[in-house]
Amino acid sequence: MLKHRVIPCLLLRGGGLVKTLKFANPKYVGDPINAIRIFNDKEVDELMVLDIVASKEHRAPNFALIEQFASECFMPLCYGGGIRTIAQAQQLFSLGVEKICLQTAVLEDLSVVTRLADRFGSQAVLVSVDIKRNWLGKPDLYAAATGKTVKQPWLEFSRRVVAAGAGELVVNAVDRDGTLIGMDLALIREACADLSVPVIAMGGAGSLADIKAATDAGASAVAAGAFFVFHGPHRAVLITYPQYHELENLWRSNRGE
Amino acid sequence: MITIIDYGMGNLGSIVNMLKRVGADVAVASSATAVSAADKLIIPGVGAFDHGMAGMNNGWIDVLNEAVIHRGVPVLGICLGMQLMCRSSEEGHLPGLGWIDAHVKRFRVNDAPTLKVPHMGWNTVTVVKPNPLIEVGQDEQRFYFVHSYHVVCSHPEDVLAVTHHGYHFAAVVSHANIFGVQFHPEKSHRFGMDLMKKFVEF
Repeated sequence: MLKHRVIPCLLLRGGGLVKTLKFANPKYVGDPINAIRIFNDKEVDELMVLDIVASKEHRAPNFALIEQFASECFMPLCYGGGIRTIAQAQQLFSLGVEKICLQTAVLEDLSVVTRLADRFGSQAVLVSVDIKRNWLGKPDLYAAATGKTVKQPWLEFSRRVVAAGAGELVVNAVDRDGTLIGMDLALIREACADLSVPVIAMGGAGSLADIKAATDAGASAVAAGAFFVFHGPHRAVLITYPQYHELENLWRSNRGE
Repeated sequence: MITIIDYGMGNLGSIVNMLKRVGADVAVASSATAVSAADKLIIPGVGAFDHGMAGMNNGWIDVLNEAVIHRGVPVLGICLGMQLMCRSSEEGHLPGLGWIDAHVKRFRVNDAPTLKVPHMGWNTVTVVKPNPLIEVGQDEQRFYFVHSYHVVCSHPEDVLAVTHHGYHFAAVVSHANIFGVQFHPEKSHRFGMDLMKKFVEF
């Protein structure tokens, strides 16, 4: 059986890499090219790079920088941030990006998903569904570009995104971002039970056991940021990624081998 | 000179990046006239079969047939590029290039509810026939796949390597100078780099 993908997610802000805590307080963690080279050497399954200010600042993707990323990535590369048009997507794919991740444009107009999926195939179009629990613990759909919750129920929005043609959904728990305290398993379970496409769970992974728990809850893949860039209680920057055999062993027990 | 056919369906950047990394001389052909200078060809491809064949029908077919069938130029089809080299596909209505006596079928994994289609992610490849592209190694060789359809060869001897997703399917095929890989070597770390290097040196 196919093993699950484990995906480092790097956040880009003005040409540098940052890591956030609950989508706030971006901390500079280094140079993106250097980090990408290290992840390439570690033979990561896939890599995700999200520009967290492009949509906020109404900016297009930084194509020159992304071109440099792609030339260092001999694994699938997913880019998100500021993508609004077919032409931008086309340019990203021609640079060597395999998948694009959308959010802000989709919240404004769902049809962008269909246009992109028709042109480039569903496998290339991801949508990040960010979810923040309110004071009652109820999950609300969240718009990262504005920092506000959206009225539309998150699961209904997710279903519409899938029906529109998205090939994968990133289910990102805002309250867990950067915390390393474990993933929102209830959320992952609900999303995976309902949606027909692969779900990439994100937010809160702090150990291999957390990753295993997310895949047991139904996630096809797990993405993480802090887990791969911070080390120790003082959050010193150190780029790591599990050894292949560690990941293999993680899922061996329920593969019946 | 390795020439990548740009018929409008590819992740060309990734393939160019990897070929450069293994030291190959690379050109991207966006018109059919450029094919005559090619020592080797790569047909990339991501997307739907009929879209791909429509791109091929846009002036490529004659010049490719001349190079591949008459001149015997080695060609590597990647993912959809491999599928287009077959006779037909369940995904579309247009005939394929027909270089390999094979048909393309959709995955049928209904009896295995945990398996999803598309088959997406890393999977291992088992070599079933010695060949110039991928060694019968002791070590596990893994590659990145993204596809909902797979190639079924009419002649089992055209299958070089298989992968399991619900059942075994052809991951690498060849017939004479024609090679096809269902996975993406350009996105498969050292495993893919090794395969691309072998194709460059073939």
